[in-house]
Amino acid sequence: MNFVIPSFAPAIPEIVLLVMASLILVADTFWSKRFQNATYYAIQATLLVVGYLLLTSFTAETVYTFNDSFVRDSFADVMKLFTIAVSLGVFMFAREYLAQHKFVSGEFFVLGLFGVLGMFVLISANNFITLFLGLEIMSLAIYAMVALRKYDGMAVEAAMKYFVLGALATGMMLYGISMVYGATGSITFTEIKEIIASGQADGIVLAFGVVFIVIGLAFKLGAVPFHMWMPDVYHGAPTAVTLYIGTAPKLAGFAMLYRLLYEAMPGLVTDWQQLIIMISILSMVVGAIVAIAQDNLKRMLAYSGIGHIGFLLLGVIAATDNGFSAAMFYIIVYAITGVAGFGIIVALSRTGFEFDRIADFKGLNQKNPWLALMMLIIMFSMAGIPPFVGFWAKILVIEEVVAAGFTWIAIIAVITAVISAFYYLRVVKAMYFDQSEIKGPVEIISPSLHWGLSFVAILLLALGLLPTQLIDLCYLSI
Amino acid sequence: MLESYPILSTLIWLPIIGGLLVLFAGRNNDTVAKWLSLIVAGLTFILSIPLWANFNYDTADMQFVEQLAWIPMFNVQYYLGVDGLSMPLVLLTTFTQVLVIASAWDVIKERVEQYMGAFLIMGGIMVGVFTALDSILFYIFWEALLIPMFIVIGKWGGPRRVYATMKFFLYTFFGSVFMLVSFLYMYWQIGSFSILDFQTMPLGMTAQILIFLAFLIAFAVKIPMFPVHTWLPDAHVEAPTAGSVVLAAIMLKMGGYGFVRFSLPITPDASMTLDWLVIGLSLIAIVYIGIVALVQSDMKKLVAYSSISHMGFVTLGMFLVYDIMQAHGTMEGAAIGMEGAMVQMVSHGFISGAMFLAIGVLYDRMHTRDISAYGGVVNKMPWFVMFAVLFAMANSGLPGTSGFVGEFMVIIASFKANVWYGILAALTLIIGAAYTLWMVKRVFFGAVTNENVEKLEDLNKREFAIMATLAIAVIALGVFPSPLMEVMHTSVENLLVQATTSKL
Repeated sequence: MNFVIPSFAPAIPEIVLLVMASLILVADTFWSKRFQNATYYAIQATLLVVGYLLLTSFTAETVYTFNDSFVRDSFADVMKLFTIAVSLGVFMFAREYLAQHKFVSGEFFVLGLFGVLGMFVLISANNFITLFLGLEIMSLAIYAMVALRKYDGMAVEAAMKYFVLGALATGMMLYGISMVYGATGSITFTEIKEIIASGQADGIVLAFGVVFIVIGLAFKLGAVPFHMWMPDVYHGAPTAVTLYIGTAPKLAGFAMLYRLLYEAMPGLVTDWQQLIIMISILSMVVGAIVAIAQDNLKRMLAYSGIGHIGFLLLGVIAATDNGFSAAMFYIIVYAITGVAGFGIIVALSRTGFEFDRIADFKGLNQKNPWLALMMLIIMFSMAGIPPFVGFWAKILVIEEVVAAGFTWIAIIAVITAVISAFYYLRVVKAMYFDQSEIKGPVEIISPSLHWGLSFVAILLLALGLLPTQLIDLCYLSI
Repeated sequence: MLESYPILSTLIWLPIIGGLLVLFAGRNNDTVAKWLSLIVAGLTFILSIPLWANFNYDTADMQFVEQLAWIPMFNVQYYLGVDGLSMPLVLLTTFTQVLVIASAWDVIKERVEQYMGAFLIMGGIMVGVFTALDSILFYIFWEALLIPMFIVIGKWGGPRRVYATMKFFLYTFFGSVFMLVSFLYMYWQIGSFSILDFQTMPLGMTAQILIFLAFLIAFAVKIPMFPVHTWLPDAHVEAPTAGSVVLAAIMLKMGGYGFVRFSLPITPDASMTLDWLVIGLSLIAIVYIGIVALVQSDMKKLVAYSSISHMGFVTLGMFLVYDIMQAHGTMEGAAIGMEGAMVQMVSHGFISGAMFLAIGVLYDRMHTRDISAYGGVVNKMPWFVMFAVLFAMANSGLPGTSGFVGEFMVIIASFKANVWYGILAALTLIIGAAYTLWMVKRVFFGAVTNENVEKLEDLNKREFAIMATLAIAVIALGVFPSPLMEVMHTSVENLLVQATTSKL
């Protein structure tokens, strides 16, 4: 037995993140009194540095390290870059929210950074242990973030629900993982793939393992019938936290799905494809119909998120490289749109006023036409109406599912898209056609948020007109 | 020089960018918003004239083509071009645009810049619909149009505007998503989104029938055909005048255009098998909806139903070709029906636009569209009534007006196809005259019925100019339709060949 020092180079972004998160955690305890925003700037600087490291070392080749437990490929790099970009935006919006609502901010950012670390590990996982490690780092950070406002009954309830259900899901997933390990005798994805392909593993045990793993994944992604936590958590959590949960972790969740189903178990496609078809259709239908009844925008966006996950899974159903690329495009677009959608609630909320009911948006066009236009873009993009980028996201996954021979699923998908258009239109209706119930002006208090929000919304339009680069990026990286 | 100049892109993007400019520049200054909009719309119309001037009459190929790779990964192109079928509709769009802006001049008081901006943006998008030769590009324009229209109806419309605009949006969206799935299916078959490639690709019968039905849903909702027409009266009644004009004059034509650009050439065999469906629905629209129009008490609703009835002629004329082929074995006569349908589209654009503008003139003064609130308008507004009666006559298909030409051609063709089609279609000359003239009698003629009518003032210069322009167009097309038909002729012949060539 000779010990080989593993190559650390592929994991440098993660290492930097870990070191910086730990340092900032310590530093925050003594500098937070004196310099209010030091933690925030330190976190943003860390993210920028990591983003820079990723960009400069961007590689098209696949590198395994740490005894094949960690992989760095172009898929990982692209997903990580978008995780960074989305997190930068999230933290920027969140800071204003925390300042407005006057609750301790240091922990939020540090936990957020640990969450990003978890996502990174998850995205690069090449065996079950690494995957599980990443998942737990991310999830634990998020549980704590939901409960940050500890005297708020709703937030604590949401955190509790999230934690218990999340733990249940993790248990399911571990159960499935142990079965797959039992059948194949390996925890490394690349080996599992070969063993399954060779036909030596016990098919029944594997099938059961897949079922439990898919259940765990569906829980984490918030797909029907394992979606019940989403509306409560989105609604109960402080909006800044909702903004965080609703965006970057979805990217990591998709990466997890990709690694598990497509990298480790492509040989079991007939087993998981049927499950995903059911989950996808149910998610689209429930997301479209239940969202109609919501009066709270955060709850509505939660249900719309469930529907979006259903659409994302269309690409997974195709079970091809192109299918996963389309799904990847979808989730990236969804994360960007989510920053804008939750961001606008964050940007408009003030002390003692969350601005999260649809009724709060009434008459926005009278009070602030620019902001109303931005919200209109966000809503139509989510509904998948061209020329906004949400349209391309939908059309790509539908195209892949048609190409896989499932035209009937495509038809169900477009019908749910029409139904869901109704509740997005309700928001537009409130903004443009109704009279405001709020006295006084509706303004974003900080100019940086104003520009940030405008930037993201216009990005949705710009990407809709020129989607080529982003599409190419997604299709070339898988 | 003209060869390289991207005229179609200019016609699409000039109004869109102009509209955005109006949104910002006119925010606090209505005068700026109005004049800027008028300049942009006028410039667009002037720039669209070379389309006709330089049009090549001898080819059915696409002209003024612009082709750029847009999304190479999926072979989606920025691909524009016009032929004889689409060029008149582009001109109709740019022409109507100017009138629409002018008609709103003093009428809209609230958020003028948004109103004007929305109409300019719509104008650009509509030109995009008629010129796109890539199906995805077409779909994008087709859907994007819903957004400004949704806002316009919902914001400046009548009392039930929110209901109407929601219904309008969801109906149209529902119709078009199936079309999108068809595009994706065909792309999956041949790896191209180009409409021209779709037209030449082979397709099996089952696929053709499903695609035909998907197209039918999309276009039937838009035209609209019986029984999916119910959104139109609501949308029309609640929309502001200019919204009604754009809806009737141009957006309805998008459905008809869809049939000639997509249904007939892409699914010829399914069109042949299912032509009875379209013809049947068209005849129902012509007769039944005509009778429905008779009993309306709201002027706008009456004209809306009459639009549906008239659009029945368009779909009827387009699908007669198969019956004519079967009855006579030649395509002779089919061209008359098809050209009649196309002429009817353009002429209906002028007439319905004029009718809605005329009602708008009355509405601006009286704030009611109820027929019973009027009576004896001619005593107070002689100039206005002169124009309004002319348009009403055109609407009922009086010879010498543009309304006659299209209807007459379609009726001739339908007699050729089947005597019963002809008889049913010809009924419209009676029904149409009945509902239009009865309205004319009740609203315009007789003694002045109440003091509100007593206070009416005649047209101002702006309104007079709009009305006179439309009147000239209606009469010119009525007595001298051949320039329009010459433009279409080669393309129509080509379309008929495509529509009768089996793709199995």
